[in-house]
Amino acid sequence: MENLLDTLGLSQSAQLLSLSPPGWGGNLLRGLANSLQIAFGAFGFGLLIGLFGAYGKLYGGPILRDLLAIYTTVIRAVPELVLILILYYVGSDLINQASVAMGYGRVEISGVVAGIWVLGVVQGAYSTEVLRGAIQAIPPGQLEAARAFGMPPLMTLRRVTIPAMMSFATPGLANLWLIATKDTALLAIVGFSELTLETRQAAGSTRAYFTFFLAAGALYLIITLFSGAFFARIEKWARRGQPSLKEGKR
Amino acid sequence: MTAQARQTNAPAPADMAILVEDLHKSFGALEVLKGVSLSARKGDVVAIIGGSGSGKSTLLRCINFLETPTSGRITVAGEEIAMRRDGSPADRRQIERIRTRLGMVFQAFNLWTHRTLLENVIEVPVHVLKTPRAEAIARARILLERVGLADKADTFPAFLSGGQQQRAAIARALAVDPSAMLFDEPTSALDPELVGEVLTVIRDLAAEGRTMLLVTHEMKFAREVASHVVYLFEGQIEEQGPPDQLFGAPQSARLKQFLQTVG
Repeated sequence: MENLLDTLGLSQSAQLLSLSPPGWGGNLLRGLANSLQIAFGAFGFGLLIGLFGAYGKLYGGPILRDLLAIYTTVIRAVPELVLILILYYVGSDLINQASVAMGYGRVEISGVVAGIWVLGVVQGAYSTEVLRGAIQAIPPGQLEAARAFGMPPLMTLRRVTIPAMMSFATPGLANLWLIATKDTALLAIVGFSELTLETRQAAGSTRAYFTFFLAAGALYLIITLFSGAFFARIEKWARRGQPSLKEGKR
Repeated sequence: MTAQARQTNAPAPADMAILVEDLHKSFGALEVLKGVSLSARKGDVVAIIGGSGSGKSTLLRCINFLETPTSGRITVAGEEIAMRRDGSPADRRQIERIRTRLGMVFQAFNLWTHRTLLENVIEVPVHVLKTPRAEAIARARILLERVGLADKADTFPAFLSGGQQQRAAIARALAVDPSAMLFDEPTSALDPELVGEVLTVIRDLAAEGRTMLLVTHEMKFAREVASHVVYLFEGQIEEQGPPDQLFGAPQSARLKQFLQTVG
């Protein structure tokens, strides 16, 4: 192993990437863990917003629908980097002001919570549209059958609407998840030590830019590959009961 | 069997399965039902016939409030459905409870495509009626057997013919042990060669004394299984009576003409 790295001229890179100091590998992995934590949180928070948003847009009153239209339009119109700056500073400022007003003094806002909140609000706008489309794609007769058999609304949501829309929503949601993993990199701008910021620091300290950014790229790629496999399984499950579009296959 | 029952005196509420009184329904300015009253006692098979746009499906769908009536009164198994001024059900729990007593069969089957036939049949008993799962499954297997689909229990609806799907939908409706069944043109979406298998199942149900309201275009079938036939024309009952009278000696000119056109 050592010899192989030596012949390939990679022994220096291997040292730089080693998990224990003076290598920076541990820092990168910590950054990756932070990124994933935020991506998970933001995606989940976004899904929650999206489900409420989709229901509100489809079944809500005119005022709720207008408010949701403003939300999805504004969020999708403004570049994410700008949104992150606005939501992060506005959000932490509002919390601090409220805290000071209540006499607690300034509070330290956890980077993870802030990141989840900021990206979650962004994801929510896109989720709203993905889920709205998926719910609309459900054959109306299936929801009518649930109604005709006396299913209460929440049970219909759980037993019919969500499983029936999954096959329509999965491709869009898979996209959103991958976007969430990569949007975490934008949080570097507010000083949150996720994978990209850690990489930049490691690269800056060692001047080994190529090594570290290539390593970070590989980590992002690994996330994508695992996600792809995961969503392929979800989609297979969601499409159970539907004939395959490929000829001669079920 | 029930034809004579109908001719006896004023209906005793005790054996009244469905009672519709002065039902009106408008879609915007269009009045689809203009004061329809009809009743079905336990064991009655009431066939509702009429041309396209006569309001027969709307009438059926108003009974379980899939459509909101504009005005009128609907009583199911002796319990009047509480309505708000605008016709919507006043008590969500009441209407949900009554809906579980009315097994509905749709023109387009409307099986839940993400569930197998067995899962479709046990869905309402297990989750709405809270029947123990094992009991619901045992019953569902008997019902699937009955409609000739025992070997398809674990198949998803999309892989079955229309006739098989509709028979499964009938099993789903039977699974709630309904006090009355509502059939909304159950054979209209089927290929002609598949109609027979579904009608056979419905005929068996009629023979065992199930209460049914049946909107249909199958005149021969209506004549054969119905105990009472209602002819709707432009949102009103134009003529009604026992099938032999209605099909054999129609009184109204419109019904005569209708029967001629549908053969």
